[in-house]
Amino acid sequence: MLASVSLWCVAFLLTVAVLATAIARRPAATPIVYGASLAASLVALASALGGLLGDPASPATAILPLGLPWIGAHFRMDALAAFFLTVVNLGGAAASLYALGYGRHESAPSRVLPFFPAFLAGMNLVVLADDAFSFLFSWEFMSLTSWALVMAHHRVADNARAGYIYLVMASFGTFCLLLAFGLLAGVDGAYTFAAIRADRASPVLAILVLALALLGAGSKAGLVPLHVWLPLAHPAAPSHVSALMSGVMTKVAVYGFIRITLDLLGPPEWWWAMVVLALGGITAALGVLHALMEHDLKRLLAYHTVENIGIIYIGLGLALAFQANGVAWAAALALTAALFHVFNHSVFKSLLFFGSGAVLTATGERDMEHLGGLIHRMPLTTFMFLVGCVAISALPPLNGFVSEWLTFQAILQSPELPQWGLKVLVPAVGALLALSAALAATCFVKAFGITFLGRPRTPVAANAQEVDRFSIAAMSLFAALCLLAGILPGLVIDGLMPVIVSLVGERMPVQIAVPWLSIVPIAESRSSYNGLLVFVFIGASASLAIYAIHRVASHALRRGPAWDCGSPNRSPTTQYTSGSFAQPIRRVFGTVVFRAREHVEMPPPGDSHSARMHVDLRDLVWEILYAPVAGVVTFVADRINYLQFLTIRRYLRLVFLALIALLTVLGVWL
Amino acid sequence: MDGLVFDIAHLFAGGLVLVSFMMLYQDRLYALLNIFALHAIVLALSVGWQAYIQGAPHLYITTAIALLFKGIVIPVALHRIIQRLGIHREIETVVGIGMTMLAGIGLVALSMVVMLRVTADADRLAREDVALALSVVLLGLLMMVTRRNAVSQVVGFMSLENGLILAATGAKGMPLVVEISVAFSVLIAFIVIGIFLFRIRERFDTVDIHALDRFQGDRG
Repeated sequence: MLASVSLWCVAFLLTVAVLATAIARRPAATPIVYGASLAASLVALASALGGLLGDPASPATAILPLGLPWIGAHFRMDALAAFFLTVVNLGGAAASLYALGYGRHESAPSRVLPFFPAFLAGMNLVVLADDAFSFLFSWEFMSLTSWALVMAHHRVADNARAGYIYLVMASFGTFCLLLAFGLLAGVDGAYTFAAIRADRASPVLAILVLALALLGAGSKAGLVPLHVWLPLAHPAAPSHVSALMSGVMTKVAVYGFIRITLDLLGPPEWWWAMVVLALGGITAALGVLHALMEHDLKRLLAYHTVENIGIIYIGLGLALAFQANGVAWAAALALTAALFHVFNHSVFKSLLFFGSGAVLTATGERDMEHLGGLIHRMPLTTFMFLVGCVAISALPPLNGFVSEWLTFQAILQSPELPQWGLKVLVPAVGALLALSAALAATCFVKAFGITFLGRPRTPVAANAQEVDRFSIAAMSLFAALCLLAGILPGLVIDGLMPVIVSLVGERMPVQIAVPWLSIVPIAESRSSYNGLLVFVFIGASASLAIYAIHRVASHALRRGPAWDCGSPNRSPTTQYTSGSFAQPIRRVFGTVVFRAREHVEMPPPGDSHSARMHVDLRDLVWEILYAPVAGVVTFVADRINYLQFLTIRRYLRLVFLALIALLTVLGVWL
Repeated sequence: MDGLVFDIAHLFAGGLVLVSFMMLYQDRLYALLNIFALHAIVLALSVGWQAYIQGAPHLYITTAIALLFKGIVIPVALHRIIQRLGIHREIETVVGIGMTMLAGIGLVALSMVVMLRVTADADRLAREDVALALSVVLLGLLMMVTRRNAVSQVVGFMSLENGLILAATGAKGMPLVVEISVAFSVLIAFIVIGIFLFRIRERFDTVDIHALDRFQGDRG
């Protein structure tokens, strides 16, 4: 029943997508398409919530006579799918709402409107799919529609390159997943997930499938070193699509990974967790370091997605480690942390992308060095963005803190693990996680401070206008969710329990039964956290401080000249810049990780020009891993290109020789 | 009776291979067309015999198609094309009869090895038929590869198609629709290639397909 409701929503979205191609050029198309997407997402969201809260023992299923003829298309909404459908459709609904306002500024609506509902439909289908064929088809459909959205403004410099790299990485990922499912299905072609579950893969195959799942889902999610397309493609799309790609589509990739490793692959080995944990830790640290070096607001956010994917994978790796050792209660804790972070990241990353889209609408700028002082011109956007920054920096009482705290709680259980490899690795990963959490906070101090505080650096920033009420509504919705999930985490954790039980067979303690809305991951004696208390304390002390200041100091708001260290130069360029803010971190980490080199160009004596400072950063992942591969492919393609210009007889001869060769192989082989 | 049935079917299929070999060393176009007509007639005999022993009357239609179109209409039409193009005196430089024949023998051996192994548990009659049919197909391809004249390439292509029909009729229960469509596809291919020949001729004053290579454009 619920699965068919979701499928009807998907069908409706696809219909809207088709209709949008017809009406896209009319001005009324934007509200119609986004309004319809909003309605469909809300219905699908309700259906997914119903699935999450409903009876986990009997998941809703549906079989359609599509796809492979002897299998059909299977769809199923179990607890895991229902949770991810909730994330997808919550993000979809908010993005549609936001786009009701944001989409009006779209320069090429006919390139965006048809693909947006199709993209939403694709993501829903991936999560609903219950056989390998439907899964892969929906996965590729999702990739291609999002690629089309990335290419919406294809004439903007670098967007075509971003689209190209995204397409290559997406094809590579789908290819890996195709092989993974092929191995899972076995020689007799059991493509339904039920059949795969019933027929467990052998240990050697399981290793291959794990590697392929890491490559396939990891390339979509943005695991280092497969992350290179995220910071290129996510910012290239219109902002509401960036929010969906960064906040939601990466989560669909995480879903794919969880579905394969924790559900279809059978009992995990302990060393799988080593791989996942190491990748997660590296991803988290490298993602945030990249983000710190970035001055483009949307690229910064995209790199932060890489970091958060790392945090989620750390949680998943811990869950695998505990599960392999039979410590089910700790596995439940780690998996809850990961899934909670999935939800949180989808909310605050969408919020931040909405905020950056609002800045883009108001100023036409993404470069932070050209912004500044927006808090006076766009107070509401600034406030929402601040909430998002606080949440993603994992500060209490917002939601980001809860999931990272739970991840740390799971890391602290590492003495329960018997293997020395894990005993050593898990604390190391914990250190990386702590480092990346601290750096993330630094990074968002930079992002918020440079963009919204200080004085405007350019006239466009000085003349910015607050954005429309739909955008504000979408941002307030997610800001409120950040706060709610932060002060009432027990509700979210309890809501996640059907998923956790279905995957690891154990659950965390019932949180709603804990007094005073605290959360207790293991036992009261070990650790507990009360977001509401922190919130009340922060609210009370802040109010008290404000009251005291206004009471003791003057009542009037005064505006005075900013203190400028006694320098008479009042140019806004004398302000702290993004580059200067990041300089200490760049000197500490950048010299190793990015081979950062700074050199100062002094003008010759007597020349009154200013000195210039250049910073060279090198992306080693790109240089070591991608550039050689690209070089080899180009070389081979150049050689093979010769085949394109042969004579008819030579083509005939090639076909003939190929046929003979194949027949010979057949003759020798059999 | 069973032995005789098998022997006669085998004889016709083997005859088709033999005629294919005969086509390989014809360096005059008229002679090639005559041999092709013979090829079609042997095919018609083979299909007719299959129709008789399988008790499948619809195969007689295939026999008729093979006899009428491939045995008479197409060779006559190609004769006239050659006359109109005025190339009946042309002698083709074949790769070298000895080499071609040796390659042909190798191909037959290959198809025997492959097919007899692959179809190890199939019907004995169908097995031999399919193996010989693959030989005919490969010999047709070999002819297309070794010839330079467009007319002889058309003939090579159609002898290849004959091999396909032999395989199709050798297997029991092949629906008639398939055979008719195969026959018509050949006919259409023949028409298209015929028109092509005139076009090539009009433009380049020769049907030697080497002439096309010069007009291939940029050979980056």
